[in-house]
Amino acid sequence: MTEAYIYDAVRSPRGKGRSDGSLHEVTALDLAAQVLGSVNDRNGLEGHEVEDVAFGCVSPVGEQGAVISRSAVLKAGYSETTSAIQVNRFCGSGLEAVNIAAAKVKAGETDLAVGGGIESMSRVPMGSDGMGGMADPTLVFQEYFIPQGISADLIATKYGYSRDDVDAYAVESQKRAAKAWDEKRFAKSILPIRDVIGEVLLDHDELMRPETDMQSLGALNPAFQGMGEQMPGFNDVAILKHPDVEKMNHVHHAGNSSGIVDGSAAVLLGNELAGEKYGLKPRARIVSMAAIGSEPTIMLTGPEFAAKKALERAGMDKSDIDVWELNEAFAAVVLRFMEAMDVDHSDMNVNGGAIAMGHPLGATGAMILGTVLDELERSNKQTALSTLCIGGGMGIATIIERVN
Amino acid sequence: MTYETLTVDIDSDGIALVTIDVPGKPMNVWDDALMAEFPKFVDELNSNDDIKGAVIASGKKSGFLAGADLNMLGSSEAQTMKEAFDMAWGLNATLRRMETGGHSAKDLIKGKAHAKPVACALEGLALGGGLELALACHYRVCADSPKIQLGCPEVQVGLLPGGGGTQRIPRLTGLQAGGMMVMTGQPTNPKGALAQGLVNEVVPAGTTIEKAKAWVKANPKTAAPWDKKGFKFPGGAGSMDPRAVPLYMGSSAIALKQSKGNYEAVKAILSCLYEGSMLPMDTALRVESKYFTKLLSGPQSKNMIRTLFINKQAADKGAARPEGVPASDIKTVGVLGAGLMGSGITHVTAKGGMNVIVLDRNMEEAQKAIDYSQKIVDKGVKRGKMSQEKADAFMARITPTDNYEDLKNVDLIIEAVFERPDVKADVIKKTEAVIGKDIVFASNTSTLPITGLAKNSERPDQFIGMHFFSPVEKMPLLEIIPGDETGDKALAVALDYNSKIRKTPIVVKDVRGFYTNRVFPPYANEAMLMVAEGVNPALIENAAVAMGMPIGPLAIVDETTLQLGYDIMTSTKEEMGDAYVSSGTEDLMELMVKKIDRRGRRFGGGFYEYSDDGSKKLWPGLSEHFPLAEEQPDVEEVKQRLMYIQLIATAQCFHEGVVSDPQSADLGAIFGWGFAPWTGGPMSHIDTIGVDNFVRTADNMAQKYGERFKPPMSFREKADAGESFYKAA
Repeated sequence: MTEAYIYDAVRSPRGKGRSDGSLHEVTALDLAAQVLGSVNDRNGLEGHEVEDVAFGCVSPVGEQGAVISRSAVLKAGYSETTSAIQVNRFCGSGLEAVNIAAAKVKAGETDLAVGGGIESMSRVPMGSDGMGGMADPTLVFQEYFIPQGISADLIATKYGYSRDDVDAYAVESQKRAAKAWDEKRFAKSILPIRDVIGEVLLDHDELMRPETDMQSLGALNPAFQGMGEQMPGFNDVAILKHPDVEKMNHVHHAGNSSGIVDGSAAVLLGNELAGEKYGLKPRARIVSMAAIGSEPTIMLTGPEFAAKKALERAGMDKSDIDVWELNEAFAAVVLRFMEAMDVDHSDMNVNGGAIAMGHPLGATGAMILGTVLDELERSNKQTALSTLCIGGGMGIATIIERVN
Repeated sequence: MTYETLTVDIDSDGIALVTIDVPGKPMNVWDDALMAEFPKFVDELNSNDDIKGAVIASGKKSGFLAGADLNMLGSSEAQTMKEAFDMAWGLNATLRRMETGGHSAKDLIKGKAHAKPVACALEGLALGGGLELALACHYRVCADSPKIQLGCPEVQVGLLPGGGGTQRIPRLTGLQAGGMMVMTGQPTNPKGALAQGLVNEVVPAGTTIEKAKAWVKANPKTAAPWDKKGFKFPGGAGSMDPRAVPLYMGSSAIALKQSKGNYEAVKAILSCLYEGSMLPMDTALRVESKYFTKLLSGPQSKNMIRTLFINKQAADKGAARPEGVPASDIKTVGVLGAGLMGSGITHVTAKGGMNVIVLDRNMEEAQKAIDYSQKIVDKGVKRGKMSQEKADAFMARITPTDNYEDLKNVDLIIEAVFERPDVKADVIKKTEAVIGKDIVFASNTSTLPITGLAKNSERPDQFIGMHFFSPVEKMPLLEIIPGDETGDKALAVALDYNSKIRKTPIVVKDVRGFYTNRVFPPYANEAMLMVAEGVNPALIENAAVAMGMPIGPLAIVDETTLQLGYDIMTSTKEEMGDAYVSSGTEDLMELMVKKIDRRGRRFGGGFYEYSDDGSKKLWPGLSEHFPLAEEQPDVEEVKQRLMYIQLIATAQCFHEGVVSDPQSADLGAIFGWGFAPWTGGPMSHIDTIGVDNFVRTADNMAQKYGERFKPPMSFREKADAGESFYKAA
């Protein structure tokens, strides 16, 4: 089968996903368009070369509705012949979009494509599209749905992660992110976002709190205890599905969970021919991709199974992976993955993650793929596996290998 | 037109006063007759130009209309789902035709047509289909009396309000309040209904018809709010409404938490609220009728209606009372013993309006019964549930004494002294020496056979057993145990007394443990066996709760104490000698009680450890003594063991005639030890499983877990004959 190569990866900085966030004044359309536009600029493309753009977006309503990627392609000055699709696989959307672009290349449908994502969480808040089928009692009673925070606490309870365990992970994430920024490890991929008069609004991830320590995190109250224990009482629902649990241990809070931010990212993918044709240098190839479904109540344990499937498809062993990147939706998600896969923390999220820098839902998957590619090049390593946990009980993973 | 179930009087303004008075019923209900006639009235209303509008009222003092005739629903003869739907849709469609005047919603909304105004005059309770009739009227006037109940209790018998209740209530009150009302089945009163928007006016009793007529006269052209342009669901609805989405999610979680997903009706109601709130009324009502059809066609509503309504009501009314015994007039009861049970019995007796003379060995002890009731009564006063005057009168009915002579004039004796035959024998003698020759002597005991105790009586035909449950004022069941020589009169008096204290009575045979204490111990035992096997205790407790038991079996053992279990085990062993059959938990009991002092909550802890703040958690030390097995069973397997051990024990009791009918077995299980109510009781559940399937499963379990799961012979015969225990299973 045709190989899919990564030619470039670019992302916006992540702005606080609130009305006082630096990117709040930027429309979702413009944020996506600036990132998409930079793909052409950085690679000397005129606009007609990219044939298709797949973009993840988790709340595709309002200004993010109506296939935002097509609007962004037009605004970014791509040729009108460039088509676009908007993808929603919840938190896995950005990576799914990359995988779709890669699959189109591999299948021979497309020579050059972009996969990426957009989420302006300050402008289109999480849940703006309703809860869909997850609010339907027939399914809730069948599957015992609970909110993600309760699922994360369920993971911590079942696998015995204490408040100290998850807080310590969060402190380390902040430390690593701060170091990465200090050493300009993201420099290659960051596109400063500009306002309408061309001034730079944001050129760094503004959510970070490098000063975070165990003490400052210790002062935070568990975020999901109220909805778990009192109204409406999701813990009882969790225990109906997981009756081995006697009592839930609520350990997650804003400080050890992913931050709400605005952001966009894009990855340029193509076959060998396209690279030659347009003078692009391949940085890595897509080795394998996988998406799986997993138990929907605990919901966030999918990365383990997605990673295993991706490894199996590639005929690889976990020891073949040099660098791991798992979206830090909640600290316990990463702790569980490392335990289940026996992955050393020193090889996991080496430059921090969403706990420190934020998780722009539809874009994150494409962002962390770019991050891990930069890291491979920086540390001169070969293979990396990127994965994310996903709402509703799913997981997605992509393995890449540098091309020398 | 003339009707049997209602009268129609048209006044000079052309307003028809419709008075519903279903013949032969103490209360108006939707029975076959009214169901057949009301549609004809609606046709007349819509087609007769002389009728300008209508006011619907009740001809009965007992209230407006109390809902559907559950006997009728329980005996539905629909063969297919479609037939069942057509029947269910009948009432919904009729009420809708009244609401729209027979016009299309489209024409009403565009103002091209109007409905004839129909108002409702509520002088008394309107429940279920009664409230739904009222809600289908355009205007509701209710008499100002806090005693009037307005609500939709269908969920409590496994059904949903299928006459538009799940649609009109939330459209008037909003999803949150309306959803709670139909999901819990809890009624409100006129003031509450007014505040929520369920009724339009609350007026002095006796003036509702007049006010309702005034409204009809003033509003010759009308339509329901949802048939007018610009209707907005109060509080929001729909899958994109940020106010409604958390409500849909939250109410499902609350319902799951409370029902554990066991009650089909709760689920169906939630779906009616969710789906219906996104639909126009006509379609929403159809969807409601479809969910209603599903419930009515399933086993759960049949089982719940039969046990929780029909059989409970029959038992409460004294179905077991022997014929031909004149009614007794119990004014004063002598209670012997002012301990926990005696005090509780004293309390419920006084609450039942009777006087109590409570005797103990000295005044100090007897006074404890006073203290017991005083505490409860004071709480009632403090919470505004009882006036001080009534509280004083209540307490005045209780007289403590240490003198047997004071029992001279009582109408009934209930003995509740220490559970030792010699102590009981002594008080029987002393009491019989003073009471009248024809006075019934009832002994409250949970363990001692009545026939044996009756040997101490000079009038064994007037001697009977009454097994109260603790706490007496809260537990709804009373086991009545005639001994070998007990006569009809004693049984009649016991049931007459019961009807005053309003418990649900079952009459059971005089064997060790009677009925409930024959079934519960094997159940608790099974849980302890699993602990000993290394099953995760949390899994055991959660499995029991998930299948509908009120609390986990280990938690109950902690409450009743392991010490008690140990004592009973030891005495049974002694009594039975070589015939003693091991329960398999002897070692566990020995360890917990004798070696590591985990004797139960009262002794500082058992399977659980208890904090001062009232919380508890499973004792972590348990896993040291009973290490968790590497491979844990699936929760369904744990549930099955906990369920079948109760089914088998019940079957054994039924086989031996401890309970003589499935009704009593079911009532005793649900109201005695909290057996999962959604099943309708163990015998109903066996029918639902299918007797043959039950026997087969039990045999398999006997092979896997032990002989204790073997089903009794008569159940095998029943299975072979292809029969069920109830006629319409």
